[in-house]
Amino acid sequence: MLEVRDLHAYYGKSHILQGVDLDVGEGEIVSLLGRNGVGRSTTLKAIIGEVPPEGSISFKGEEIAGRKSHVIARKGLGYVPENRDIFPTLTLRQNLILGQKSARAQGRWSIEDAFELFPNLRERADISAGVLSGGEQQMLTICRTMMGDPDLVMIDEPTEGLAPQIVERVGRLIEEIAARGVAILLVEQKLTIALHISARIYVMGHGRITFEGTPEDLRGNEQIRKEWLEV
Amino acid sequence: MEVFVFSLFNGVLYGMLLFLLASGLTLIFSMMGVLNFAHASFFMLGAYFAYQISQPLGFWPALIAAPILVGVLGAAVERYALRPVHRFGHVAELLFTFGLAFVIEEVVQMIWGKVPVPYDVPPSLNVTAFAWQGLDYSVYRLFMLLISVGIFVALFFGLTRTRIGLIIRASLTHPHMVASLGHDVPKVFMWTFGVGCALAGVAGVIGGNVLGTEPGMAIQLGPIVFVVIVVGGLGSLGGALIASLLIGVLNNMAISYDFSLYPIFSLLGVEREAEGILADLVSLTTGAIAPLVPYLLLVLMLILRPRGLFGTRDV
Ligand SMILES: Nc1ncnc2c1ncn2[C@@H]1O[C@H](COP(=O)(O)OP(=O)(O)OP(=O)(O)O)[C@@H](O)[C@H]1O
Ligand SMILES: [Mg+2]
Repeated sequence: MLEVRDLHAYYGKSHILQGVDLDVGEGEIVSLLGRNGVGRSTTLKAIIGEVPPEGSISFKGEEIAGRKSHVIARKGLGYVPENRDIFPTLTLRQNLILGQKSARAQGRWSIEDAFELFPNLRERADISAGVLSGGEQQMLTICRTMMGDPDLVMIDEPTEGLAPQIVERVGRLIEEIAARGVAILLVEQKLTIALHISARIYVMGHGRITFEGTPEDLRGNEQIRKEWLEV
Repeated sequence: MEVFVFSLFNGVLYGMLLFLLASGLTLIFSMMGVLNFAHASFFMLGAYFAYQISQPLGFWPALIAAPILVGVLGAAVERYALRPVHRFGHVAELLFTFGLAFVIEEVVQMIWGKVPVPYDVPPSLNVTAFAWQGLDYSVYRLFMLLISVGIFVALFFGLTRTRIGLIIRASLTHPHMVASLGHDVPKVFMWTFGVGCALAGVAGVIGGNVLGTEPGMAIQLGPIVFVVIVVGGLGSLGGALIASLLIGVLNNMAISYDFSLYPIFSLLGVEREAEGILADLVSLTTGAIAPLVPYLLLVLMLILRPRGLFGTRDV
């Protein structure tokens, strides 16, 4: 469904992505792991068009490299950025409404679904989203992107800085998304959720993919874990 | 008492007119991050377009058509001029809007000449609505108030209750996020710019025939509108409303009451019989310094609270 070939990206003169190749199949959960600063977020930003990409990115058989973000999003590619960009001055419900691509479209997800997946959102639907806790904001950003009914969603470090129980809830939300047939490209640093829910795993180092395999392969491969993941 | 009521009424009216300009300017500021120096020029274009259209067709078609024309022109300026300039940074954008203000003024002078054009209040509305204590009030003033309050209400509901309003508000702070949710942010910006200019155009249509339609009108009003949005807090619509009304009312009160400023100077030890420059000072009245009121407020505000009444960032 998503095929990335020889992807390069730059911030000014610094060459951040140096030829990334990766694939995500229909309904598949794939994780992209790596240490801080190796270019995982940049990979997602280049795919969604927030950073100018070089190379080939094909989504549902169509070349999308260099298209505008909103055009890519409308083809069914969702993106949840790492900094939990909620709209703090809007209410929770208004945040969810903005996830819908048009006033009419009714996809796999309704605002009711979001409330069901995350019950204490409901009582607080009409307060401004800025007062939510970090975990709640994370749930909200994910739900908001799902309102647009993407077929593939890229989620950048959803568990960063969250308490263990919240991490577990975010994990369940991601599994629920996958259960509805949505493919997921998950960027993580911690191995726990990634090993638990992914079908395949990529490990990144220095702007390239340095490992590709199943969670079992990675568990068995201590050398890769030492060299590219553990600190 | 009646002086108070009337100058309050006139102040609110002038304030609402200022708000029509300030609301667009402050929205555009939050969007681009720079002040649009040409904003008052769109106000002037509104008045001239209305004059031109009302010549053959009368006031009512002009009331509708002139703001639309100004809005489309504004959207085109954003799309074909400002957007390409944006790549070169804020200074380039600022210089561009500065230049645009002069270009519009020159063009207006070329087409309509340097002297005021006879754009008048429509006769059907130029009748007394009510007279009270010997002062009469024209229907047109009530009409101006109605239009500007109507637009304020529409703007408020548009921004807080409609989908497009939410998209605009979210785009002001998180354009990338809004784009990756599938909304065309550059287009939203273009139309926000256009609507902001159209609002200035409305102010020109309904104010041009009262304040006078001439090539200097943009330069006269422009600085006051800047004062309004700085005092209200850059980017704050509520602040722009309060500051517009405040400046409108203060200005009118200063003129109507025309207090002598002598008591203030005598506190400073200046005697009524003073000579030279001091003699001029003691004979000053608030009416004489009314045009300075907005700027005095600006200076006070910058000293006491640089972010303005409702602003979130310092100027
Ligand atoms: N806007 C930017 N301008 C310049 N350099 C940047 C910018 N954003 C990121 N970088 C640099 O690019 C490299 C890759 O950043 P990226 O955000 O992709 O890393 P990451 O793998 O997501 O790690 P993390 O999220 O833990 O920081 C880093 O060295 C970072 O310093
Ligand atoms: Mg990152």
